Amino acid sequence: MGVLITGTNTGSCERDSPGHVRYNSVSELKWRPLLLRIRVKPDNTGVVTDGVKHSMNPFCEIAVEEAVKLKEKKLVKEVVAVSCGPQQSQETIRTALAMGADRGIHVEVSGKDYETLGPLQVSKIMAALAKKEDAQLIILGKQAIDDDCNQTGQMTAALLDWPQGTFASEVTLDGDKIKVVREIDGGLETIKINTPAVLTADLRLNTPRYATLPNIMKAKKKKIANVKAADLGVNLTSRLEVLKVEDPPQRQAGMKVETVEDLVGKLKEAGKV
Amino acid sequence: MCVLFIQKAAVDKVISPFRSICGKDNVSLGEAIREQHGKDESVHRCRPPDVVVFPRCVEEVSALAKVCHDHNLPIIPFGTGTGLEGGVGAVQGGVCFSLRNMDQILNLHPEDFDVTVEPGVTRKALNAYLRDTGLWFPVDPGADASLCGMAATSASGTNAVRYGTMRENVMNLEVVLSNGTVIHTAGKGRRPRKTSAGYNLTNLFVGSEGTLGIITKTTLRLYGVPEAMVSAVCSFPSVQAAVDSTVQILQTGVPIARIEFLDDVMIDACNKFSSLSYPVTPTLFLEFHGSERSLEEQVSTAEEITQSNEGSDFQWARDAETRNRLWKARHDAWYAAQALRPGCKAYSTDVCVPLSRLPQIIVETKKDLLESRLTGPIAGHVGDGNFHCLMVVDPNDPDELHQVHLFTERLARRALAMDGTCTGEHGVGLGKRALLCEEVGPLAIQVMKGLKDSLDPRNLMNPGKILQRGEL
Repeated sequence: MGVLITGTNTGSCERDSPGHVRYNSVSELKWRPLLLRIRVKPDNTGVVTDGVKHSMNPFCEIAVEEAVKLKEKKLVKEVVAVSCGPQQSQETIRTALAMGADRGIHVEVSGKDYETLGPLQVSKIMAALAKKEDAQLIILGKQAIDDDCNQTGQMTAALLDWPQGTFASEVTLDGDKIKVVREIDGGLETIKINTPAVLTADLRLNTPRYATLPNIMKAKKKKIANVKAADLGVNLTSRLEVLKVEDPPQRQAGMKVETVEDLVGKLKEAGKV
Repeated sequence: MCVLFIQKAAVDKVISPFRSICGKDNVSLGEAIREQHGKDESVHRCRPPDVVVFPRCVEEVSALAKVCHDHNLPIIPFGTGTGLEGGVGAVQGGVCFSLRNMDQILNLHPEDFDVTVEPGVTRKALNAYLRDTGLWFPVDPGADASLCGMAATSASGTNAVRYGTMRENVMNLEVVLSNGTVIHTAGKGRRPRKTSAGYNLTNLFVGSEGTLGIITKTTLRLYGVPEAMVSAVCSFPSVQAAVDSTVQILQTGVPIARIEFLDDVMIDACNKFSSLSYPVTPTLFLEFHGSERSLEEQVSTAEEITQSNEGSDFQWARDAETRNRLWKARHDAWYAAQALRPGCKAYSTDVCVPLSRLPQIIVETKKDLLESRLTGPIAGHVGDGNFHCLMVVDPNDPDELHQVHLFTERLARRALAMDGTCTGEHGVGLGKRALLCEEVGPLAIQVMKGLKDSLDPRNLMNPGKILQRGEL
């Protein structure tokens, strides 16, 4: 799920007071299984998704929250929520609308195409939509918790030739630049990037709000446009083939030993030392 | 001794029927598994059952119960093992029914604000499931407990003052009795918001702590997620001032969602543990739920009241991150208390009195703590008149443990003397059976005994809890 922020004039941003720039923002939302017990399909081609409750990817929720916060601070003009998937992924767009997004775009992808939908195709779709909607800012979750790819944001930026601020734990709009504090292995890295740009949200960026009943009711009136990938000139054919999906190996029973000598002996037997 | 031999023989006989009912993998005799299912988060020692079964559906629960009934084996239902009164200890051995495999969320009706869940569903799992619907289930005891377990112990939480406890929020139960009969306390599938049909069986089983039947489904009342929340912290010069403010806030009709009290010892512990700098004095943590406009009104009314009681200025917060920081002291209270004496365990007392008696009982309890030289910082749901002393004890010091035991009895009796109860939220379990007699009196106990006899004539359902041996 990403939040596209679209511009008002082609390619430029509106200034309504010195140093205060207004953007439109777009989010791309991923719809994925709620974490209950996951089972591998008997034919090992994937996990069972039928009858499993799905909801918005947690990092995408954080992305939507950030976009809505920017809009509440009046730094952004319009928040558009986007999701690629079957009919049911409209529910995630509705949740984003209930959180405060202005309108939604549902790129319908179903059946075989959906099973093989991956970051490359999604980023092509996002790039096409960004151009079509004249977006200035794309905010996505850093990764989806079902596939853990962590690629869509980066690929989208590359396709658009836009700067990227990934693993963002703090975002500050500063004129026509964005200051992003990124969570990296060594600590926190602060960068300043030009707009238009792509951001990906990390865990500590914010705490997403709950969709409340009054907002869910209001969201029913907001529009969700339906688009096909082909209309955007995107080919959904995957270049990847999943060969096999397996459960992790079953945990074996451990054993207790009485002395350190026994322990060393057993380790040697098992070829570990 | 003879009884134990008979029981051991019976246990051996039932393993095979158990396996054919719920599958070989769902019957466990392993020592580690039995130990895990013989204790909860109380100070009571582990009392492991003879065998643990893991049924997958109500039909299996019923069939397993029939087998236990035929062989006179005790039945102990087990949810998440997060109880605080030793409710899952198998004091007479027997069969523990671990219900964690029954983890379906069924029949959500968002327009009717109700949902039905099985025992393996915990409150956080339900609220995660409900996230996109704008609904939530607000009863929030400290642990991430099983909802059916919460029904069995009549659990409560920090926002009971606005949303009620389990008693007010369970609409229907599916229960398996000791002989395997399956009943629906309000009728199968029924979920009207109110009813006056027949005896209130639903609330008979709520709080029965597994002694009348095994709860296999509960239908819960849901609420709309608050549009907005504001949290505030306010310090007071005395316990009286803090409680007076609470009473007045409730009297003006402010629909306050949470109002928590921490005494000076607790605040000091929290300051040390979380590197905070709250003034070390009785403190109230408040939380308001509502629309933006109603929040303004609620907060300003509450602030006027606290200021008129010599409360400090409100520190308050609107967005989630700042609210969490503000409430950090209250959230970390358990750990802060334990950190006062590293290596010790914490045990929470639990009494509840009418609001007007709260200052007196807290002042007398603090005096008792000082005189007995015990560490017991106080935290409480002051809007309900309910408070907990977090007793920090050295588990290896039998003398100290004994002192704590005596202290908690004095505390419970002090509450009873003030028209209160010996347990606001945690239940009777193993430790408060004598106090229950004092609380309700012998005639009411006789009635409870009659109900127990009628529903469980062989006393197989979680023996040793709520009612004492002599009463059965």
